[in-house]
Amino acid sequence: MNGTRKHETPKHPDLEKLEDGRLVLNMGPSHPAMHGIVRLLLTVEGERVVGSDIEIGYLHRGFEKTCENITYNQCIPYTDRLNYVSPFINNVGYALAVEKLMGIETTARCKYIRVIMSELSRLTDHLTCIGANAMELAAFTVYFYLINAREELYRLTDSVAGGRVTPAYTRVGGLTRDLPPDFKRNAAEVFRKVRRNISDADKLLTRNRIFYDRLRGTGTISREDAVSLSFTGPALRSTGVPLDVRKATPYLVYDRFDFDVPVGSNGDNYDRYLVRMEEMQQSMRIAEQALAQLPDGPINHPDFNVSLPPKEEVYGNIEALMAHFKLTFEGVKPPKGEVYQAVEGGNGEVGFYIVSDGTGRPLRLRVRPPCFALTGGLSKMIQGGYLADIIATFGQVNMIGGELER
Amino acid sequence: MSSYLLDTLKARFTDAVLATHAFRGDETAVIRKEALAEAAAFLKKELGFDFLMDLTAADYLPREPRFELVCHFYSSAHNYRLRLKCPVPADDAAVDSLTPLWAGANWFEREVYDMFGIKFNGHPDLRRILMYDGFEGHPLRKDYPLKKRQPRLPHKD
Amino acid sequence: MGLETALGHSFLTTRLDAAVNWGRKYSFFQYPFVTACCGMEYMSTFASVYDISRFGAEYPRFSPRQADVLFVVGTVNEKLAPVLKRVYDQMCEPKWVVSFGVCATSGGFYDNYATVQGIDKIIPVDIYIPGCPPRPEAVLDALIKLQQKVAKESVLDRKYR
Repeated sequence: MNGTRKHETPKHPDLEKLEDGRLVLNMGPSHPAMHGIVRLLLTVEGERVVGSDIEIGYLHRGFEKTCENITYNQCIPYTDRLNYVSPFINNVGYALAVEKLMGIETTARCKYIRVIMSELSRLTDHLTCIGANAMELAAFTVYFYLINAREELYRLTDSVAGGRVTPAYTRVGGLTRDLPPDFKRNAAEVFRKVRRNISDADKLLTRNRIFYDRLRGTGTISREDAVSLSFTGPALRSTGVPLDVRKATPYLVYDRFDFDVPVGSNGDNYDRYLVRMEEMQQSMRIAEQALAQLPDGPINHPDFNVSLPPKEEVYGNIEALMAHFKLTFEGVKPPKGEVYQAVEGGNGEVGFYIVSDGTGRPLRLRVRPPCFALTGGLSKMIQGGYLADIIATFGQVNMIGGELER
Repeated sequence: MSSYLLDTLKARFTDAVLATHAFRGDETAVIRKEALAEAAAFLKKELGFDFLMDLTAADYLPREPRFELVCHFYSSAHNYRLRLKCPVPADDAAVDSLTPLWAGANWFEREVYDMFGIKFNGHPDLRRILMYDGFEGHPLRKDYPLKKRQPRLPHKD
Repeated sequence: MGLETALGHSFLTTRLDAAVNWGRKYSFFQYPFVTACCGMEYMSTFASVYDISRFGAEYPRFSPRQADVLFVVGTVNEKLAPVLKRVYDQMCEPKWVVSFGVCATSGGFYDNYATVQGIDKIIPVDIYIPGCPPRPEAVLDALIKLQQKVAKESVLDRKYR
C-alpha cells in the first residue's frame, strides 16, 4: 500500500538486474547526507523510483530499555539525545510528562523559561534542517550562513544550560539553574544576527530557479495519505492540515502568546521549506514575547519530595537532608498510573507515554517519535520520482536518527 | 469518571470493554484484544478519530495477561485524545493489525513485533525493524537482560 | 619498495619521510561516518566559525575510496558494525581513524544489548576524542595531534593493517 516491494535477499546488494530491466540499488547506511543512517533499497527503472524498502535500526541505542533501569531524573540526559538538534524540547516534554504523572505544576518563571528554551531549540532544528538540505542541493553558502546562525544560538544556550548540543536542562519539577543576568540583552543581539542570516538565506534560496525546480512538485503527499500515515509537524502542515500541539492543546504558557502557525497547501518539499522558514520567524516572535513577560520568582517546585532542596536547607534542616538523600538515591516517586504528554517538536508531535508502578524507576517509558511516522511514509513520497528527488525529500522530512530509532 | 466518549464506547461494546479510567485527564478504555480492530474502525469512521498517534506495548511480567497493547488516538476535528489498551497473554500473543485502517500502523506494529514479539494478523510485511536480522529474542521484554549481547554477525552480502 | 628500502634509515629517507608526511598531514581527506548527535558538533567544526579547513582538512570526501581519514562520529551499534568494517576495508593505505565522541571511543553511557563498546573492538583507531559531544575546539586539537602523529611516521615501516 505504500509502494514497497518485498525484497528477497538479492545476490549482490548493490546492483541486481531484474527480469524486466529494472535495477535494485542500495543507497547504503553510510551516505553523504548528514542525517544519520538509513538504508534505502530502491527499485529503479532508469532514473525513476518504482519501489523502495527503507531499512532503519542502525542507531538503535536501547533508550527505552535503559530508562526502565534508572531513576526519572537520570533519564533526562538520554532524552537530550533523542532529537539531538532540538534537545530542549525533548527535555521539556519528558519533564512535563513526569510532572503530569505526579500531578504537580511548576512555577510560572519555570514555565516561561521552558517556553523560551523550547523555541530556541526549534530554531536550531529548522536551521540545521534547511542548512543541511541546502548543502546537499549544492547551496553551500546557505549552509554556512545558517550554521553560523546556529552557532550564535548555541552560544546562547551554552550560557544558560552549560551545553551546546546536550544540555539536560530540565529536572522533574523545575530546571537546573536560572537564566544568567544578561540573557535578555544577549538574546536580542542573537535574534538580530539570526534574522539577518535567515534573510540572507531566504534571498538566496526562495526564489532561486534551481532550488525551486528541485523542490517544487517533489516528494508530494496528499492530505489523506499524510493523516493516514500519522504525519505531524511541518510535513503535515504543508499538506494543509493546521494541526499544531501548541495551539490545539496548549501546554506550559503557550496560550498567552500571539503567534501564527504556517500552513501549506501542496504537500511537496517546497511547501515544507516555506513552512519551516516561517516557523522560525514565529519562534523568535514567541521567544521575544516570553522574554518581555518573564516573571520573577523561584524556578523549582517547593516540595522537597520533588525537587532537590537548596543547599542552605540541606546543611541546616534534617528533613531537607533526608529528602536530598532519598531523591538522589531513589528518585522521585510518582503514583501508580500512566500518562501521555505531547509537545510540539521540530518534526511534529513528540509524545511521552510513561507507566509508573510507584517506584522511583519507570515501568515503561515510550517516546512517540514524529519522524518514525514520517520515515514510514517516505516510500510513498519518493515513489514515482527521480533518484535526485530523494535527496530533497529526505532532507525536508528531517529524519533525525536519534529520534527515529531511540 | 463518566465522559461522553467512554460512555459511547461502553454502550457500543458492552462485553468487550473491560475497564475505563481517566487518570490525570487521559481517557482510557481497556478492551478485549478480539474487539480491537472493530473498536478502532468505530472510532475512525463514526467518532472522527482520524489520527493513530501511537501504537506500542508494555510488558507487565509477573502479571497474567503479560503484555498490554496501547493505542493512542487523536481527533483533529474535535481535538480529543483517547487511549485504548488490550491485554495480550504471552501464550497467544497475536492481535489483528490496524494497517487496513491507518497506513501509519505498519511501522508501529513492526516495532512492537520486534521489541515484544506480539504478532499482528493481516500485517503486510511483519519483520524486524530496529534490530538486525538474526537477532534472537525480543529486547523490551522484562526477561531480556539489559546488557545481554549476541555474537556479532559478519556483513551479509 | 624501491630505493628507500635499499638505503634503509638514512639521511635520504628521513628527508623523504619529512616531505611525504608534510604532504599527507596538511591535506587530509576526511570520510565522515556520521551517525548521531556528535554529527552536530562535526557540522559546527566543518562550518566557518571553527573552520577545519584552516588545518588542511578541507572537504569531506564522501567515498571511502577517495578518503584517508575515517572520522567515526557517534554511536556504532551492532547492526552498523559490519558496515563500518566494510567501509574501513574499502579505504586505501595510508589511512587513519579518528574516533569522535565517547560513544565511538568506548560506548558512551549506552551500555546495553544494542551498542558496540568502542569502535576499537572492530577497527584500529589512531586518535580518540572524548566528549559528549566534544566541543569543536577539542576536534581541532585532535586533528593537530593526528598531524603530529603522522609527522613521526616513516615510509619504511608502514604497517599494512
